[in-house]
Amino acid sequence: MVMASVTTIASHLTSTFLYAPEFCRLSQSLHTSQRPCTRKSVSGTISANIDLKPPPYALDALEPHMSKETLEYHWGKHHRGYVNNLNKQIEGTELDKMSLESIILASHNKGDILPAFNNAAQVWNHEFFWESMKPGGGGKPSGELLELINRDFGSFEALIQEFKLAATTQFGSGWAWLVCKCLFHQIYNQKLEPIFFNVYFCVDDLEDKKLVVLKSSNAINPLVLGSYPLLTLDVWEHAYYLDFKNLRPDYISTFLDKLVSWDAVSSRLEAAKVSIEGK
Amino acid sequence: MSWSSSNYLCLSSSSSVTQFSRCKLPCESEGQRGKCQDLNRATNISAYNSLKPPSFKLDKGQRRNDHVLKKPRNISAYYSLKPPPYKFDALEPYMSKRTLEVHWGEHHRGYVESLNKYLGKDDILYGYTLDELIRVTYNNGNPLPEYNVAAQVWNHDFFWESMQPGGGNLPILGLLEQIEKDFGSFSNFREEFIETALTLFGSGWVWLVLKRNEKRLAIATTTNAVTPLVWDDIPLLSLDMWEHSYYLDYKNDKARYVNVFMDHLVSWNAALARMARAQSFVNLGEPKIPVA
Repeated sequence: MVMASVTTIASHLTSTFLYAPEFCRLSQSLHTSQRPCTRKSVSGTISANIDLKPPPYALDALEPHMSKETLEYHWGKHHRGYVNNLNKQIEGTELDKMSLESIILASHNKGDILPAFNNAAQVWNHEFFWESMKPGGGGKPSGELLELINRDFGSFEALIQEFKLAATTQFGSGWAWLVCKCLFHQIYNQKLEPIFFNVYFCVDDLEDKKLVVLKSSNAINPLVLGSYPLLTLDVWEHAYYLDFKNLRPDYISTFLDKLVSWDAVSSRLEAAKVSIEGK
Repeated sequence: MSWSSSNYLCLSSSSSVTQFSRCKLPCESEGQRGKCQDLNRATNISAYNSLKPPSFKLDKGQRRNDHVLKKPRNISAYYSLKPPPYKFDALEPYMSKRTLEVHWGEHHRGYVESLNKYLGKDDILYGYTLDELIRVTYNNGNPLPEYNVAAQVWNHDFFWESMQPGGGNLPILGLLEQIEKDFGSFSNFREEFIETALTLFGSGWVWLVLKRNEKRLAIATTTNAVTPLVWDDIPLLSLDMWEHSYYLDYKNDKARYVNVFMDHLVSWNAALARMARAQSFVNLGEPKIPVA
């Protein structure tokens, strides 16, 4: 792979990705009367090439719930393949110097997806997925995350039920998500033309935040829907076939009981709050 | 006049215009009261007859207590799981026995069982053949919940029959001619098929279809459970590009799977037979205009 990209690392998932410099530039080029981004430009927006980030644990660390072989193929072949193909696709184009999230939003093109979208979104989704798991995961969330779950789903068990249902009923390939849904007040208030609805901002008060379970097909991720993803589960068959064959419900239960990292979910929720409040 | 292979429609020439009308059901022509199926439903007389509950009418001399008048049992299964036309290890080493066991025994069987469960809930979709059921549940693009499982049952049946032990090589006779006519050469077709299969993103199928209106062969891809039946083309071959179909044997190496399918598994005999049958409905030759 190629040189490390400062912005790629900087625009890590738990950071305020919507305010990354490239995204600001992109949004400014779309619409001039937007609020200017207040975040300082990170120097050395080198770039371009997207990296293959390894999971934050060894490949055999999730045994026996997710085997080393699965991780070797899933990360080593599938995820790596997406990264390589994406780099090939964006080389020499205007997407080349952008951060991963910007590439996703730009190639999503309001639904009329460009060729780079599938690869870019899959790279992002898989990074997010590895970080949604940890060795010795499972258990229950706590603190503010648990409060919001209780507020929006009734109870933790209800969230689990709904998440399992979404993941099981996603027909074909796709992902199941827990997201924090943002509302588009600011867009409506500013009376932007419809073409700019693709630029998503979140409201100030946390009360308007709502946790929601979504399922998406193929490579779609909630960034293009204007939501902050907090947790994801890969239900493409390659994610569970070696360990569970066709028994997707068992895979989902194992993920929720033994692998999910509620710490990661909590910290993403914090980051979501920060990026809203710290505008 | 092209008509669907699975509908039993009757032609009647009442005027100079030949009309399609539905064949009369036996109950209608005899003027019986009681169970006559919905008039708008596509007919399938054989399925209807075979599943009709026994009549309650007493024969001469029969008494009401005779056991023949016991209530009919509830029908509990509507579609069956058809095995592939070869043994599970017959496609080794190109498609392993284990893959067949899981793909047919778990996935395909699961679809059949889900379908039967759906249909057991109420009588609305009772009485269709599988082809008809797929068209009806596809609902012109707004599929009903039964669509996915019904279509996947059909797709998998079709897929097993699109392969054979000792398959691959070249098509023969009319099929080869038609391929050369529509694609230039067999190797062009093969390249295009493989490329189409590899660029399909997500789960889906790759098909060799005979397009009814254009009267030519074409390669089509569909996502998830969609099948060319719903837009009325005639499929001749299919390749399952869902990951479950190749993951155990080839893991992520899709290219090898597709090449092996083309070289060693595809059943040109089946494709030829399907094309021959399709020619009853699609005229592939030049129209022969008689000279006075």
